[in-house]
Amino acid sequence: MESLGSIIAYFIIAIAIIVFSVLAVTSGKILRAATYLLFVLFATAGIYFQIGYEFLGAVQIAVYAGGIMVLFVFSILLTHKPGANAPRLENHKLWLGLSAAVLGAGVCLYSLFEYGSMMVSRMPDNFDINIHQIGQALLSTDKFGYLLPFEAISVLLLACIIGGVVIARKR
Amino acid sequence: MEFTILMYLVPAMIMFGCGIYGFITRKNMIAILISLELMLNAVDINFAVFNRFLFPGQMEGMFFSLFAIGLAAAETALAIAIVINVYRAVRNVDIRQLTKMKF
Repeated sequence: MESLGSIIAYFIIAIAIIVFSVLAVTSGKILRAATYLLFVLFATAGIYFQIGYEFLGAVQIAVYAGGIMVLFVFSILLTHKPGANAPRLENHKLWLGLSAAVLGAGVCLYSLFEYGSMMVSRMPDNFDINIHQIGQALLSTDKFGYLLPFEAISVLLLACIIGGVVIARKR
Repeated sequence: MEFTILMYLVPAMIMFGCGIYGFITRKNMIAILISLELMLNAVDINFAVFNRFLFPGQMEGMFFSLFAIGLAAAETALAIAIVINVYRAVRNVDIRQLTKMKF
């Protein structure tokens, strides 16, 4: 039995995710779509906080809401006239997208509700992951260590910075 | 009422469906990128939730989400550099106008 506060928080997060992700792909104004995406990212961070991954939620807020959204807003303001509406969709494209999304979601929902009952239904309580363990695992070379992907992703980020500068510089 | 695994997987799945819909129907390059972020985010939720509910003693799913967030940041930065460069070349980010490289 969960506390009433966490149940209310869960429903706020779930409804925010559903409503704002629908709005983010249907909104005509691109800056509004980016704002709805920001709300979806915050709600996702809320899910991470609720299931106990505080570090992951903090990274989600710092990287997505702090970094990626700034990039999005800058690029939108650089490439769009303010307040411009997206042109209306052609009908066949709309039906193609809608049917692809609904078909995929239907297959996933069917398999979830058909075979999901054999998963553990409630959240396990024995749970203590602290920041000390996360840091040890990130920088260790043992069996459950992640030093190699950590270094690989830092090299990737460096390559990405150089690539971004090379692509976007003035000639 | 108890939190079950389905209560977290269903919103993530709806988010992924919205991402697919936007990816197919949107005509604006930045809007397509936004849909892509939605899909990536839904998958990150799935990794973390499966890790928490099925293997609570381990951290593999959490680390996978962590690295996926880092990869998404890198990919978005590069994609936005490309979008700005395309805008500089053709003064437009509508994918129907970008037919120069089609054969």
